[in-house]
Amino acid sequence: MGHGGGGVLSAELVRDVFAPAFGGAHLAQLGDSAVLELGGARIAFSTDTFVVRPLFFPGGSIGDLAVNGTVNDLAMSGAVPAYLACGFVLEEGVELETVARVADSLGAAARRAGVEVVTGDTKVVESGHGDGLYVNTSGIGLIAPGVDIRPQRARPGDVVMVSGPIGVHGVAVMSVREGLEFGVEIVSDCAPLGDLVRSLIAAVPDVHVLRDPTRGGLAAALNEIAASAGVGVTVDERAVPVPAEVANACAILGLDPWYVANEGKLVAFVPAEHADAALAALRSHPLGAQAAVIGTCTDQHPGMVVARTGLGGTRVVDLPLGEQLPRIC
Amino acid sequence: MTAPTAPATTGTTATADPAERRRVTVEGVVQGVGFRPYVFGLAKELRLTGWVTNTAEGVLAEVEGAGPAVAAFCARLAPEAPPLAVVQSVRHEPVAPRGDEAFTIEVSRAGGERRTLVPPDTATCAACLAELRDPRDRRYRHPFVTCTHCGPRFTIVTGLPYDRANTTMAGFPMCEQCAGEYSDPADRRFHAQPVACHACGPTLRLLVDAPDGPVERTGDPVAGARGLLAQGAVVAVKGLGGYHLACDAANPQAVAVLRHRKARGAKPFALMAADPDELAGLVHLGPEERALLTSARRPIVLLRRRRETDSDGRARALVAAEVAPGSPDLGLMLPYTPVHHLLLGLPGDPPGPRLLVMTSGNLGGEPIVTDEAEALVTLAPLADAWLTHDRPIHVPCDDSVVRVVDGEELLVRRSRGYAPFPVALPFTVAPTLAVGGDLKNAFCLGRDRHAWLSAHIGDMDDLATLTAFERAERQLESISGVVPERLAADRHPGYRSTAWARRRAEGRPLRTVQHHHAHIASVLAENGWDGDAPVLGVAFDGTGYGEDGTVWGGEFLLASYDGFRRLAHLAEVPLPGGDAAVHRPYRMALAHLHAAGLPWRPGLPPVEACSREERRVLAQQLERGLNCVPTSSAGRLFDAVSSLAGVCQQARYEAQAAIELEAAACAVDLPVADPYVLALRESGLGPWQLDAAPVVRAVVADVTAGVPAALVAARFHAGLAAAVRRVCALARERTGVGTVALSGGVFANTLLLTACLRGLREDGFTVLRHRLVPPNDGGLALGQLAVAGRVRTD
Ligand SMILES: [Fe+3]
Ligand SMILES: [Mg+2]
Ligand SMILES: [Zn+2]
Ligand SMILES: [Zn+2]
Repeated sequence: MGHGGGGVLSAELVRDVFAPAFGGAHLAQLGDSAVLELGGARIAFSTDTFVVRPLFFPGGSIGDLAVNGTVNDLAMSGAVPAYLACGFVLEEGVELETVARVADSLGAAARRAGVEVVTGDTKVVESGHGDGLYVNTSGIGLIAPGVDIRPQRARPGDVVMVSGPIGVHGVAVMSVREGLEFGVEIVSDCAPLGDLVRSLIAAVPDVHVLRDPTRGGLAAALNEIAASAGVGVTVDERAVPVPAEVANACAILGLDPWYVANEGKLVAFVPAEHADAALAALRSHPLGAQAAVIGTCTDQHPGMVVARTGLGGTRVVDLPLGEQLPRIC
Repeated sequence: MTAPTAPATTGTTATADPAERRRVTVEGVVQGVGFRPYVFGLAKELRLTGWVTNTAEGVLAEVEGAGPAVAAFCARLAPEAPPLAVVQSVRHEPVAPRGDEAFTIEVSRAGGERRTLVPPDTATCAACLAELRDPRDRRYRHPFVTCTHCGPRFTIVTGLPYDRANTTMAGFPMCEQCAGEYSDPADRRFHAQPVACHACGPTLRLLVDAPDGPVERTGDPVAGARGLLAQGAVVAVKGLGGYHLACDAANPQAVAVLRHRKARGAKPFALMAADPDELAGLVHLGPEERALLTSARRPIVLLRRRRETDSDGRARALVAAEVAPGSPDLGLMLPYTPVHHLLLGLPGDPPGPRLLVMTSGNLGGEPIVTDEAEALVTLAPLADAWLTHDRPIHVPCDDSVVRVVDGEELLVRRSRGYAPFPVALPFTVAPTLAVGGDLKNAFCLGRDRHAWLSAHIGDMDDLATLTAFERAERQLESISGVVPERLAADRHPGYRSTAWARRRAEGRPLRTVQHHHAHIASVLAENGWDGDAPVLGVAFDGTGYGEDGTVWGGEFLLASYDGFRRLAHLAEVPLPGGDAAVHRPYRMALAHLHAAGLPWRPGLPPVEACSREERRVLAQQLERGLNCVPTSSAGRLFDAVSSLAGVCQQARYEAQAAIELEAAACAVDLPVADPYVLALRESGLGPWQLDAAPVVRAVVADVTAGVPAALVAARFHAGLAAAVRRVCALARERTGVGTVALSGGVFANTLLLTACLRGLREDGFTVLRHRLVPPNDGGLALGQLAVAGRVRTD
């Protein structure tokens, strides 16, 4: 199970198995989407497969995730998402009504995200082989000339910001999946980020890095950026927005909200001189109203993410493991 | 300590010529301990000529004179060495006579292979203390009085050979008088590198916190600091290995303020007293404890409190309750630097606090602060004033913490006064670096038959600790001369120490060692266990990464250096929410109730301690196994029982619930009549299960019936010791192995360790326990070294 967790194991799988087997130069960049030159245009291209349980949760469904996940991966390259392809894997016996609900939500999500589903495929697998329903989406989007956004561009001095509170989506999905009752319903904030990114780039064309902190959460996203750019990241623990109900749920379960998945949030690395403009641009968009500066990029401790604690200490923030194993002896 | 090797007389042919000359090489702790003046004196006494010098290997001498005198020199050299010296080998060979005029001490020769050992920092000796107190002495009240027999060593050495130029005293040129003593072979300060006086030495300053930053206070800094302490202030005091935060231990407000500022929860503070008898009415102070307190190593000695009924009121007033709430022990140390002696007051000084809280000057978990500029910034939120000086500390070194169990020393933290003195190994190791664990980190360098265990580094969560680790590792490599060819680390996939070792391996082989295997190997190595014979290893701790991906910690291993087989373990229970379960013992209690099939009845302490909402989610979490790694941890069983007995529900420092459970048990006369019984199940080919469910059931029944927590705690300790005894007996039946090795942090528990030692010995076992390194993760690196570095000689 650990290989899907967005942590050490999946990074190893990509690095040690897939990248050498496929061997392409573009794959070697290991970004969430590939940036390609095609007929004089620069295109972002991405694919993602959705195996989430349950299919429906407060604030969304697997259909919303299938659109937003791919659209957001494209947006993180600074692309304007345009077209999606969509593949369904259905388990024999899955109710037609369920498929229809997923399809409806997928269509609605595509319209909200401003993208068109232009091609698709459906396969049926034997009962017992498919867990109901899986969805794959692939998408393309156009990157404006001059825009160069990728993890490797993080530079010491960059200001690090998030577009809003973290941990909400992951806790929402988990509480439904595991039947947990926290007393208050936590609703997923899953959303498409194409438009938010477009307004950010309009205000600050020289954004260095964008990342959607999905699997492995904020901790994984920051670690991946630190590792790919060979820089350090210092985060002020108290500046990271975590809604009280998420913090409470995580405390009860013994989870760290920094490791909980998001879909509909982004992390941005912006040159210091443009930080105010970038924050203002994010905050003027409905999906970025609670954006916050959470830290800075540094040449100290390259490859490492460090949190400044309320007490003035410096905690090292690791890449998540498959499971959160205790280290206390 | 290694016995000095008797010098074998190498074959020299007796000639008619009466003059004979030998070159003598001495290795061990022989620099900075007055060894050369000692050699000088011995040579003079025997009317020999020649010279002596420090080299990177140790001490080198050539002596010339009558044959019998030269032989006597070689024979007496090791046995009569000065007190701080540890001679590990003496080699000598004949060389051609040269007819020197006299015996001289020569300038040190640098270069060559580095084999000499730097001594640990040592408490002010009696002779220096007498000078400190003598108004006629030129070092009267000198805060840096020191000689070849005492003072800073390890923490001021920047390189080898150990000469003033290679210490942080390099910036203090000696005055004429000091230089005279330094170069007089008859003087106690001959070649004492940190020697200084009022005229030429470092200076003490007192700074007081002010709105625009610390300002220097004029007048006698020590008198000023004593005045502030008497008023209830917290003063940062620069010691040998770092800063302490000091306050008056008798002043409850002052102690509470310090506790609050350090955000320290209930973690006990250490105390410093001029005279151990100040505490005699409050704690048990046996001859072994006295010997440790007054030893030159001057550790913090954990002294078991007397029961409330027989402790006297005068002594109680001396120690505010806030010093160590809930702890069965008080940690006491005696002054070990001249500054400490001055701070506690010399005879005739105006009265001041007689007992000081002395806690590490750091932020929770971070390394102790050593740098003056850093102290003024980092400690500003914690201290009202700084008593500081300008002799730099090259590497941090925390106070060591020890206790006496079964008449022998048991280290809880091995640091100042011990590091960097090596542990002697019973076998040869390849040059190896073992990085230790992630909490209470200490690392270990090994080569030949030496294991240099570092000073206490700290918890690897903090960036500052990682930085300190790297600096300490470089320094220890340089003073031990070990150039590691192999690395060893814990098998935990998330340990930062392991990740560090991977990053730094640079092609060198890295061996990962299972946590509890390393614990057992460490107790074997320090006990001189040689060869491949297995032992019954009992490794009880809080958490270690198991071979099967679960969390181990209540392990019975059939173990040798080469490997192990899991014979038995505590039956697994879910660890709900990883570290959350560790911080909140009531979660562990509820998990144990769940595992034992017992209801969470209202009125039970863990049920009351857990909010309705958390209980509801925890029940769902346990039902679904969500973020619930199975664990066989003995430490977590202590947590569960501590919570069930109503002793501790929230752990604000490591092992708090277990420490307070032990404290509770101390109120009962031991041994108790009816220990709890764990169930032992053999399960096919796999390891036997030692199930605590019957204990949990019995505890619930006792608590419900109103049995006092003290008795519950005592029955639990006795029951766990009985279970250890039972499993070992069965294991001996099946394997024929009659030696038991006890390790892991749980064996820092005096009651449990004592009961296990007694029971196992009664059953005829040979029992190996820790004396030289801590049973907790502070000793882990030694075990990793033994497993990964051992060179087989067969
Ligand atoms: Fe351990
Ligand atoms: Mg994605
Ligand atoms: Zn002395
Ligand atoms: Zn002087």
